[in-house]
Amino acid sequence: MRLLTHNMLSSNVKGVTNGFPLGIEVEKVVEKQVELSADFLINIFSKIEWKALVDASRAVGYAELPDQADASMLDSDEFLRKFHHALLELHLEEGALLCPETGRRFPVNKGIPNMLLHEDEV
Amino acid sequence: MSSRPELKAPPEIFYDDEEARKYTSSSRIVKIQSELTERALELLALPDDGVPRLLLDIGCGSGLSGETLSENGHEWIGLDISASMLNVALEREVEGDLLLGDMGQGLGLRPGVIDGAISISAVQWLCNADKSSHEPRLRLKAFFGSLYRCLARGARAVFQVYPENLDQRELILRMAMQAGFSGGVVVDFPHSSKKRKEYLVLTCGPSAPVSKAQDEDGGSCSDDDVNEDEENKTVCVSDRHRPRKKQRITKKGKGREWIMKKKEQMRRRGNVVPPDTKYTGRKRKARF
Repeated sequence: MRLLTHNMLSSNVKGVTNGFPLGIEVEKVVEKQVELSADFLINIFSKIEWKALVDASRAVGYAELPDQADASMLDSDEFLRKFHHALLELHLEEGALLCPETGRRFPVNKGIPNMLLHEDEV
Repeated sequence: MSSRPELKAPPEIFYDDEEARKYTSSSRIVKIQSELTERALELLALPDDGVPRLLLDIGCGSGLSGETLSENGHEWIGLDISASMLNVALEREVEGDLLLGDMGQGLGLRPGVIDGAISISAVQWLCNADKSSHEPRLRLKAFFGSLYRCLARGARAVFQVYPENLDQRELILRMAMQAGFSGGVVVDFPHSSKKRKEYLVLTCGPSAPVSKAQDEDGGSCSDDDVNEDEENKTVCVSDRHRPRKKQRITKKGKGREWIMKKKEQMRRRGNVVPPDTKYTGRKRKARF
């Protein structure tokens, strides 16, 4: 699971008012190189919750992202490279995602988070 | 005619390891899924600016539809309830991220982040009550409500569905409208029982014109039937033209290229195959 997806996921448990962002428990992270698309990064930037992305990238061991970011920084190749790396090239293979309100664990196996809720959580 | 998979077992049980493998290794199914996805992408009407979008593939299964999305340059997140199908997707090394989840429990995505959603042959599974605690209406409501929230303004959702009957299709449409969607149904090849495909095209926000449906002679059917209910939402169902009796429906047939490809496939599997000669795939006389 890439940090792009983590940035979109929220806890769905019944009664939770703000299930975003999910905490990350890291067991195994893999880096997979993919081609950089500036168009995609510029388009998706406005939808990204920057603080959540920075915290998530630090959790998986990448500390190069600046704490704050605004759209003007997208002109810099250097920034685009770091943004691209954090968003699309870091994969959480094994670990878990944690609901910020209830602490409920969503395990991650082989890169796939198990978001299935139990009957009483729906 | 074999019964529908939806009537045999819940999806996470029907699509076990064996079924998942069978589904994905059938070249016919791979081809059909790819065509359905291309058509759904067309109906999504994403801006033609070459900018890759973030799409949602609901009921992504073994990633057959997702691969078509990647081929078109988009990023995607796939959701499926069957771990076996997702494992096959992992083996195929699909480029999108996969989530193990139940769409009837709500999608769990942040508001306004998705540029478009597609679903190929999956949403009809929501209409079955697979557990005693399931109430299809509540599940449809949770699904459409969460989908409406996570789609960006003006984004569309296109679902290729196989509704069991008219009631099912009406139920799906009704729950979608209640969640705030507008849109309608596009039916391709409405007269052919084999080729007939239904697409639910939903938009967030004011209704946009629904695309023209495709028909066998390559032309398009006009949208004749328009229902308008009190809240001024339109549901368009494309008209059923009766083919004029004089019109011959030309069969495309399978050419030499397809035959050669199939023979190669059989040889790879180790079957005995007659050698390729100048007679292979040659057009036979009409009465043959």
